[in-house]
Amino acid sequence: MSTIFDQSRTERVGGLFPPLDVPTRKVDHLLPTSLVRTRAPRIPNKSEPELVRHYTRLSKMNYGVDDGLYPLGSCTMKYNPKICEDLARIPSFAGLHPLADTRHAQGALRLLYEMSERLCGIAGLAAVTLQPAAGAHGELTGMFLVKRHFEERKEPLRTRILLPDSAHGTNPASAALAGFTVTELASGKDGLVDLEALDASLDETVAAIMLTVPNTLGLFESRILDVTERVHSAGALSYFDGANLNAFLGRARPGDMGADLFHFNLHKTFSTPHGGGGPGAGPLAVSAALADFLPVPRVVHDPEGYRLDWDAPRSIGSVHSFYGNFSVVLKAYAYLLLLGDEGLREVSENAVLNANYLQERLKRTYRLPYDRLCKHEFVLSGAGLAEGVSTLDIAKRLIDYGFHPPTIYFPLVVKEALMIEPTECESKETLDHFIAAMETIAREARENPELLHEAPRRAPVRRLDQTRAARNPVLRHPFDEKAP
Amino acid sequence: MRYIPHTQADRQAMLDEIGVSSVERLFDDIPARVTDRFRPLELAPKSEMEVARTLEGLASLNAAPREPVSFLGGGIYDHYVPSVVAHLTSRSEFYTAYTPYQPEISQGTLTAMFEFQTLVCELTGMEVANASLYDGATALAEAALMAVRVVGRPRIAVARSLFGHFRRVVDTYAWAAGIEVVEVPYTSAGRLDRSAIPEGVAGLLVQSPNAFGVIEDLGGLKEALGEGLLVVAVHPLSLGVLTPPGECGADVVVGEGQPLGLPASFGGPLLGLFACRERYLRQMPGRIAGRTVDVDGTVGYTMAVATREQHIRRERATSNICTNSALCALTATVYLATLGAEGLRELALLNLNKAHYLAEKAAALPGHSLVFDAPFFNEFVLRLPSEPRRIRSRLAEEGFLVEDPEPLARLGLPGALRLAVTEKRTKEELDRFVRVLGGIR
Repeated sequence: MSTIFDQSRTERVGGLFPPLDVPTRKVDHLLPTSLVRTRAPRIPNKSEPELVRHYTRLSKMNYGVDDGLYPLGSCTMKYNPKICEDLARIPSFAGLHPLADTRHAQGALRLLYEMSERLCGIAGLAAVTLQPAAGAHGELTGMFLVKRHFEERKEPLRTRILLPDSAHGTNPASAALAGFTVTELASGKDGLVDLEALDASLDETVAAIMLTVPNTLGLFESRILDVTERVHSAGALSYFDGANLNAFLGRARPGDMGADLFHFNLHKTFSTPHGGGGPGAGPLAVSAALADFLPVPRVVHDPEGYRLDWDAPRSIGSVHSFYGNFSVVLKAYAYLLLLGDEGLREVSENAVLNANYLQERLKRTYRLPYDRLCKHEFVLSGAGLAEGVSTLDIAKRLIDYGFHPPTIYFPLVVKEALMIEPTECESKETLDHFIAAMETIAREARENPELLHEAPRRAPVRRLDQTRAARNPVLRHPFDEKAP
Repeated sequence: MRYIPHTQADRQAMLDEIGVSSVERLFDDIPARVTDRFRPLELAPKSEMEVARTLEGLASLNAAPREPVSFLGGGIYDHYVPSVVAHLTSRSEFYTAYTPYQPEISQGTLTAMFEFQTLVCELTGMEVANASLYDGATALAEAALMAVRVVGRPRIAVARSLFGHFRRVVDTYAWAAGIEVVEVPYTSAGRLDRSAIPEGVAGLLVQSPNAFGVIEDLGGLKEALGEGLLVVAVHPLSLGVLTPPGECGADVVVGEGQPLGLPASFGGPLLGLFACRERYLRQMPGRIAGRTVDVDGTVGYTMAVATREQHIRRERATSNICTNSALCALTATVYLATLGAEGLRELALLNLNKAHYLAEKAAALPGHSLVFDAPFFNEFVLRLPSEPRRIRSRLAEEGFLVEDPEPLARLGLPGALRLAVTEKRTKEELDRFVRVLGGIR
């Protein structure tokens, strides 16, 4: 796997920029010598054909949604409509400077305003900020609001956040970053919030509960109203992690379940591409009681048009340089227009249908610890499949069959977890191929486990030495030494 | 719907397999008290052609002047992006992939992350870099939190000459973490007033070039700080010609990576750069790729030092960040690889020369002057003879875009404009701008 630093380089390339058209001044006329760099950064000069071949080769070592099924649980890897990519490149959007005169940005501001309104409608909540750049950033913003809420109410003892053990991985860190301590709530036998455990934990030191709905087992909290009523009567707030919104899009609203705060993952539910790990967008919706705390600036609409409003003395401040990931919001807005109400409902209908179909078929071969109707995803256990075979082996063998593996070893409440989310975009034919591969792997695990241990064989590299990467970290090109 | 492949027969076959009579039965676990309250958006689905028209219509409302000439900057700059960059980053194997949790089929993303980290280290003169944060502002805020973790004092000094958007985000994160923020003023040369650095801080956040475009002299600053960490926010393209902060004692270097081939996109997505000394590796926020080998000994890349991260360390993680700006980091990588060291230097010199040309010409106009007599890169602050808001409007009428002067006034510089000049501005445009500016009465 060579990098641009390992490869041959050429002499000066040039040809990108025209020659300087103003009188040329020597650098030492313009800057004191002490400020001028003496050693050039070691960036190889490469010809354009070599460059194109290098990154084309790298791209072929990746697996994206356009390559096939990508059933990563809680990641909602659905197809990203191509038209949305094109629309984000319209020059007067892509080239628009965030500090442009708002009179020159009316279209962009209107788009942000309308998207906020629609996200309020989908959440069933009063106000939205589009600033958070990812789901975890939305959670953090939400925790900031919770903090400000209790600061204003002069309830400094509310420092704890309750987190079910089936909550999303980023939740504890988001709570901690906002200065809260985390109390974990053990799930009940049915995989849902245990109301007795909740009652036992709720007191005047609890600021909020962070719930993932449906939870990471793919189960809807059917007692959700009991949960949020108890939380509210204890004087605390309910935060909903919206990563799994695909499960009830177009048929239920977090606000109607008792959520005070709810974040969206536009890169999941609204189909904007994940980009190999970002950028995403994590808008946060809140109840009317919390709306004044939202970040500034806010897009407002008055008779003269759309403008940015900075006048919000109760606001927490800002969480992003400007107005959030505008072009991601734009793609999500286009997706929402394409779908309409009807499409939103079809999304959840087919996402849940696909997940239940897969669950029903696969539970005949794999252990399903929580055997009931699921929502958009479900969790199998790789434990007990065959002696000496782990979930990691199953995942790597799936690669040989041409599939991206599911999320593995999460949630922690299931041993050897395989968390599978097919999304609405997969056909029955694709799901059947996946089922066949999973069944074959189960057979191989018993009859020829070496095939699993040695997987993957049909990938650009075989299993990588993670221990070496951790113990002896090589985190940038070692210019002076030979590569390992 | 176009994006759902099922036929009615598929659906029925699947329902039969599951053993339920209709899709609605699959939602029986949502309480009726919740679903009864559901209200649709009253939004009819639209065809692709209609949606394209709607968005093009909105785009046309961004009615900038015809053939605008932009001097907008303040962290986001109007640079030329070579054609090859978008061609490569538009490959859907890159942009439709997720976080590289399965390294064997994510070598493209991981190799590019490793290249990116190397490039950031080369630019900044630091020893380790992460694979990106959301933007320059959150990178700076994360650096403040890291300094507090490393040094163990809940107090941080910040230069007053930070970009306003950097400062706002730092203030918000610091408030939530219970960290006191102490402001350090600037001197009459527009530089950090070293005599005013408070004692007992976990770190100092300084920006160079700063919000006035002025290049800070970082020499000796680290020594003045004692135990505290020196955190420097940079403009990455300026490092094509400027001494990297790593050679001036910086402990952490952050920055906004937008100038590295990203469109302005009304301010997002952006690219948070974050690099530091190796001794702080275990305290760093964000994802990092590392080099290793597979079972056959082939070199490959994987996520490394992940024990700092939220999915493993949970509430004791160094940050909560998960999704970052991976595709923007890929863009920056391809952009820098396209330029090469030579191209980067050439570009930096184009910016430097053109900005100085404009500064000299504009400052020579009657009543105009440079606010600071200090070195700058591609951005500077010009004092105006009359009300800057009016001048801004008049300039816009002639097709010249400049920033709102209000934020500068809040930083103590009323009656002034900040102007950024990139390689895209031609001599003809600069001369015309000076003529128009000089003609405004």
